[in-house]
Parts: sequence; structure tokens; C-alpha cells
Amino acid sequence: MRNDVQTTSRSPATTRQSGTPAADQPRYGDASLTPPVDVLEDAGGITLYADLPGVSREQLNLQVESDTLTIEAESNLSVPAGLTSSHTEVGLARFRRVFTLSKELDTERVSAELAQGVLKLRIPKARHAQPRRIEVQVA
Amino acid sequence: MYRSLFPRDVFAEMDRLQREMQQALDLSPTIRGVARNGFPAINVGGTPQTVEIYVFAPGVDPATLEVQLERGLLTIAGERKSALADAEADAKVTAHIHERFDGRFRRVLTLPDDADPEAVEARLRDGVLHITVQRRASAQPRRIAIH
Repeated sequence: MRNDVQTTSRSPATTRQSGTPAADQPRYGDASLTPPVDVLEDAGGITLYADLPGVSREQLNLQVESDTLTIEAESNLSVPAGLTSSHTEVGLARFRRVFTLSKELDTERVSAELAQGVLKLRIPKARHAQPRRIEVQVA
Repeated sequence: MYRSLFPRDVFAEMDRLQREMQQALDLSPTIRGVARNGFPAINVGGTPQTVEIYVFAPGVDPATLEVQLERGLLTIAGERKSALADAEADAKVTAHIHERFDGRFRRVLTLPDDADPEAVEARLRDGVLHITVQRRASAQPRRIAIH
């Protein structure tokens, strides 16, 4: 299912971390899953829904920097001691997704809700960018 | 399910291919197979006393969620509604990205023979349904004393 893993490079240089193949060890320290999203746009702004199962408010990190929106989260599952996995479709406990925002979105007024593992983000458009009807004068 | 639209690096791609190859070459998968890329995603594990199943179903209305265990078969079914259905009806709303599953789902797993259907607990938190099935006590390994 959510088996597409992305790696991120934390250092300013563009070298990527590459791990040596090992059986069950997480290969990349920064590896995270890409959560599926739905993005809707209406006249007032953009609404984004992201699936972040197992994530609670404390583990969610949303960052907006100039024109980039970063969603990072860690899921928290209650795992009994001595658990051995036999079938894993969600292999990581970390989520990350980055979006580039366009200029007319008002990043100061972003609002977010997290319920039942679904993140709902609302990014309104800047007031000056909202559609305005222009009166046509008949000469 | 968690497929990215953005370019990934080669190592992650090879990782994914290797995992899929291993699953494809499984010599004796269960007859109901292993459904991949379905909603909701499932992780299965076990301890000597229990079988643990994690169902990743964020945003699913608990009222529609059904978990049934019958003759060793665990069925998880439900429905997830998304805001997109209303959006498509409204001409002023455009859906730019639609990756999340919506609609009815049903996944079935076979549990091992020693799973006790009378002792099942299911807990839903933050969109993860955690099902714990106790193994039958008689099936647990017992040490035999030698006199």
C-alpha cells in the first residue's frame, strides 16, 4: 500500500544518503512515507486533505516558508513487546510531503484540523487575489 | 496507496521493486492471496500470546466500520466518504489532486488456527484500528517436566 519511500537530505549539499542492503533495518535514517492527499480549490482558497493514520496533534509538524508547505508527521501505534511482523504494508512511522504554493495564497491565514488521522488544511487566497466581477460599461 | 507524484530517488524505487519481487515469489501464499495497494492498508504481526492486526483507515466513520471474525476469517469492511463527492457536484469547486480512497471497502484475512475468536479486542484511535486476537491457551508451547 503505502510502500513508496522517499528519502530526504537534511544537509545543504545535495548528497543523498545511501544505505547498504540490510534485511529488516530501516535503510535510510530520514525515510518517510508519502501520504495521499486530496486538493480542492474554490473561489476562496485551497483545501487539502491528507491521510495521516496514527498521527496525533503533538506529532504533526506543519511548516510554511515563503512558497513551500511542508507536512511532516510521526505516527504512534501501541505495539506490544515481542511483536514479530508477518505482513507489513505500512513499513515506516514517518510521513512527509512538500508542496509549492502559488503566490495568491495567503500563508498567514492557514488553518489546520486533525481528526481521526485525517489532516484538513485550509489555505485562503489573499484578498486581492479573489475573483472580482468587473462591470462592463456599454458605450 | 502512498504513491508519490514527485520524483523519487533510484534507491527507493529499487527497494520497492525488491519487496514486490519477494512477495511475488512467495511459494505458498494463502488462497485468498495478499491484496496489495488496497484500502485500508494492513500490518499483521504476532506475539506468542496474540495476533496483532493494524488497519490504517483514517477518516472512516466508525458507524460504518464492521469487523467480523468467522471460522478463522477476519473481515474488515466499511465506507469512507470524501469531500470530493460534494465538490464534483458543485461547479465552483475544482479537484486538483485526488489520491485518497473513497467509497466502500472490504478486506479479508485468514488468521492462524490457534486464534481464539472469543477473545478479540478492537480499538480505533487516530484512524488506526488495532485488533488483538488472543491465541488459544492450549496451543501455546508448554514445557514438559522430566522426572
